[in-house]
Amino acid sequence: MGPYEQRIPREQSSHHDPMVHHIIPVRTYLLVFGVLFVLFILTVVVAFFDLGLLNFVVAISIAAAKAVLIILYFMHVRYSSRMTWVFAGAAFVWLALMLGMTMADYISRSWLPIYR
Amino acid sequence: MDDARTRMDEPNPLSATVDRHGSPYLAHHFDDLEQQFESARLGTWAFLATEVMFFGGMFLAYTVYRGAYPEAFAEASHHLDWRLGALNTIVLLTSSLTMALAVWAGQTGRRRPLIIFLAITMLLGLVFLGVKSVEYTEKYLEGHMPLLGLPFAWEGEHAGQAALFFDLYFVMTGFHALHMIIGIGIIAVLIGLAWRGRFNAHYFTPIEMTGLYWHFVDIVWVFLYPLLYLIGGIALGE
Repeated sequence: MGPYEQRIPREQSSHHDPMVHHIIPVRTYLLVFGVLFVLFILTVVVAFFDLGLLNFVVAISIAAAKAVLIILYFMHVRYSSRMTWVFAGAAFVWLALMLGMTMADYISRSWLPIYR
Repeated sequence: MDDARTRMDEPNPLSATVDRHGSPYLAHHFDDLEQQFESARLGTWAFLATEVMFFGGMFLAYTVYRGAYPEAFAEASHHLDWRLGALNTIVLLTSSLTMALAVWAGQTGRRRPLIIFLAITMLLGLVFLGVKSVEYTEKYLEGHMPLLGLPFAWEGEHAGQAALFFDLYFVMTGFHALHMIIGIGIIAVLIGLAWRGRFNAHYFTPIEMTGLYWHFVDIVWVFLYPLLYLIGGIALGE
């Protein structure tokens, strides 16, 4: 058996390498969509209550949960290689650094007497 | 000669790659289809990382100024129609589902469902842009579009701070809409390629990568909606 014959079944069976060609069933997509929809309703309902600063925290938390669901299932990251996890994670690590360090500066400025 | 080798649809009979691996979809510089697919996926994620940074800068500016002027931002936010924003959120979430189903159809080699799901995704994208243009027109007529030297008519206090909110609103949703327009254009090309039977269960890389892009644009909106439309209790603004 030559290399040609070896290749064909590997390419035809999409399940051979789960990291590359894992096919998520339609049912899972519909389930994830349902959860995303419930989280969206929750976002709107929460906005009807004045929770002060908590409004921002809750809104961002729900949005982050939705983003994670979309990334893991719709964008297939859950079934992707570790290298894909690193690439996808790096983007958000840098974002967290930028937001975290900048806001730490803005929030803590008024703590020092020289800026008052 | 280079031309003939890089064209995916016509395998070069002289190329050793085609003989060795038996796939006309494999570019000569990859070992196999899986390596080729993985490279495309990593490249797309590297691009999306730059997109996260691009939108991240705007989200940072938003966070800094909302922290500085919370009352003005809440007041200005009440002038946006949260119902239209909610409608667009539903439209975009649904388009993400149909895009995911289009990728599924591509993976499993279903040509007709692939074309149908791509067309629905494109249509929902156009509905989103339609609603957005209604909102923009409304804001323009109300004089709440402080862009390009347009007059800013603000009745309440903190006119400058409210103008800042609307600046951020138009820049963030504008760049988001631009991404939607580009995505719709790419999907239109995909529909044409799918129509001509360019995709099958062995080769659907462009569909998967467009899906990643489309879902990313959806994620941006997932954050934009509560941050722009739902500040400080929407019921208070009614």
